[in-house]
Amino acid sequence: MSKIYNAIFAAGITFVLACLMIGVKLNTEGTTLTVSGASGEQWSWIVGGIVLVFLAQLFADRIDTLFGKLPKPKIGALLPAEEKRATLKPWLLAALIVGLLVWPFMVSRGAVDLATLTLIYIMLGLGLNIVVGLAGLLDLGFVAFYAVGAYTYALLSQYFGLSFWACLPIAAGLAATFGFILGFPVLRLRGDYLAIVTLGFGEIIRILLNNWTALTGGPNGISGIEKPTLFGLEFTRRAKEEGNVPFHEWMGIDYSSSYKVIFLYLIAVILMLFVVYVINRLTRMPIGRAWEALREDEIACRSLGLNRTIIKLSAFTLGASTAGFAGAFFAARQGFISPESFIFIESAIILAIVVLGGMGSQIGVILAAIVMTILPELAREFSEYRMLLFGLLMVVMMRWRPQGLVPMKRPHLELNQ
Amino acid sequence: MSQLLLDVNGLTMRFGGLVAVNGVNLSVKNRQIVSIIGPNGAGKTTVFNCLSGFYIPSDGSVMFKGEQIAGLKDFQISRKGLVRTFQHVRLFSKMTVIENMLVAQHRHLNTNLLSGLFKTPSYRRLQDEAMDRAAYWLKEVDLLEFANREAGNLAYGQQRRLEIARCMVTQPELLLLDEPAAGLNPNETKELDELIIQLRDEHEISVLLIEHDMGLVMGISDHIYVIAQGTPLADGTPDEVKNNPDVIKAYLGEE
Ligand SMILES: Nc1ncnc2c1ncn2[C@@H]1O[C@H](COP(=O)(O)OP(=O)(O)OP(=O)(O)O)[C@@H](O)[C@H]1O
Ligand SMILES: [Mg+2]
Repeated sequence: MSKIYNAIFAAGITFVLACLMIGVKLNTEGTTLTVSGASGEQWSWIVGGIVLVFLAQLFADRIDTLFGKLPKPKIGALLPAEEKRATLKPWLLAALIVGLLVWPFMVSRGAVDLATLTLIYIMLGLGLNIVVGLAGLLDLGFVAFYAVGAYTYALLSQYFGLSFWACLPIAAGLAATFGFILGFPVLRLRGDYLAIVTLGFGEIIRILLNNWTALTGGPNGISGIEKPTLFGLEFTRRAKEEGNVPFHEWMGIDYSSSYKVIFLYLIAVILMLFVVYVINRLTRMPIGRAWEALREDEIACRSLGLNRTIIKLSAFTLGASTAGFAGAFFAARQGFISPESFIFIESAIILAIVVLGGMGSQIGVILAAIVMTILPELAREFSEYRMLLFGLLMVVMMRWRPQGLVPMKRPHLELNQ
Repeated sequence: MSQLLLDVNGLTMRFGGLVAVNGVNLSVKNRQIVSIIGPNGAGKTTVFNCLSGFYIPSDGSVMFKGEQIAGLKDFQISRKGLVRTFQHVRLFSKMTVIENMLVAQHRHLNTNLLSGLFKTPSYRRLQDEAMDRAAYWLKEVDLLEFANREAGNLAYGQQRRLEIARCMVTQPELLLLDEPAAGLNPNETKELDELIIQLRDEHEISVLLIEHDMGLVMGISDHIYVIAQGTPLADGTPDEVKNNPDVIKAYLGEE
């Protein structure tokens, strides 16, 4: 019986939402607004949708068992045996890194550019993974720290002429400071309140950037941000600075605009590897274990003498600093930033990467970031339905593999006995 | 030298109008096993919550090693050497057994980020010591072979033993156990019995125990406190308590 109520309720919500969003339209005629209904065809789609939702809710159990029957990829079985893996791992890793470094010289500019974007999302995903996946703190305003990083570099470069490399740690540090200041009062709150406060914080930062026109240029953003240099060598046709030679002249080769793209990509690879290494170490350090323990059972942690405020704060701050790091690179790659780049949807995408990847798992997050940035590019025709597909993907994942693509694996610790 | 390890006077805990604990006095000496017994809902767990800082007592004093600890935060109290378990097992069930043991030693490790990233000698030394302590205690509770198993996959009795080992590795002086024998079979209860005695005799700590298993309580306790409806009813040696008419009426008589 309760199933029928459930199904009616869900269908009702679909009805209300569909009516408001598709059923009625507001048109401007001159200076007045007129309301017009949707066409007959649209209405039949709406009715179809409502019936679908009703049936799906009614037979939710059976659909679930169906999903249960779907084969789950046995990642463990695909990999070689445990002992072999240990010896293979460094080789695989080396091959992967070499591949990452060589690959851009063989493909198109567009592909390299997309790969660079993917790397940025990997860094963001890994950063948020500390906060959400490891420490279990739901942060819906992660993009704020990304924005802080990006604007830090853009402004320092514009007003003080600081270089990208000098700004990178500053951006990470400033984002961490923001994380600390926000986290300090907020981390005492329960999970759902934390989500709301961080959501608000994300909006505040964006609105601040939008309105503080004197400093940030407001909605027009900041353009002409300096690109990174290679030990002072620029990747432009002519050196901007007096007495400086651009990269191609110094190398004695012809100018090509793709050098710049590849150079940016290589920087992204190095930054990403750095982030992966640091976070990987962190999860094996006391602090990383404490984050997870806190997510698992806060009360037990307190009884064992762990100070939860400090542990949560460290996760929040380190996650924020990773976002700041990625933000500074984003500003440098883009050359132009505006508040438009830091809207809530960005936070949602990064969160989706973490959830899709399997909370806590680094490889999972990397795979998910690749999927989430490359799929939309491949399915350009569907760009209007992007959000729809996105939602569908999330629903299917939650039903089929709630633990994410690659669930976290526990490190094996040897006891010296 | 008769300084008490734990000395509780007039401990009272009110929840709104409900007085869950009313003027409880307790004392625990060094190397003693002391039990608190009482019917369901008597307020035993609430006493533990007050002692361990999970609740701030409404009234009364809690002296631990001669120092007032009522009002301190839970993690501060645990760092002073008063560590507890819970009525329901609270392990980090997705983490491995050895990871559980390492989390418990968090404050004994080098938690400086940079030392960890660069694996400085001090970081390594503390890490090794922690691993050795963990291995030692896993061996004591017979769980060494499961060190890399997920804690949630252990059998119930093993989980209870791991919980005790996880407390011991923090090097406490007073261990508070809340119904450690609940749900154990007679064999496991006997092992627990021996383990608790061993903690007192070999590791020289004191244990404050809440337990419904009368066989266990009467067998190992040096002193027993009886609480009923939040109020102290009687206390004494097992024999004194066993023969106290009030206790028989209020508690043992019910069973
Ligand atoms: N946080 C709380 N808020 C309100 N009432 C509480 C709270 N904690 C405990 N109580 C009440 O205090 C009383 C004592 O509870 P407590 O859990 O201490 O009993 P207990 O002796 O441990 O019982 P058991 O043997 O069943 O574990 C109960 O009536 C309980 O409802
Ligand atoms: Mg209880």
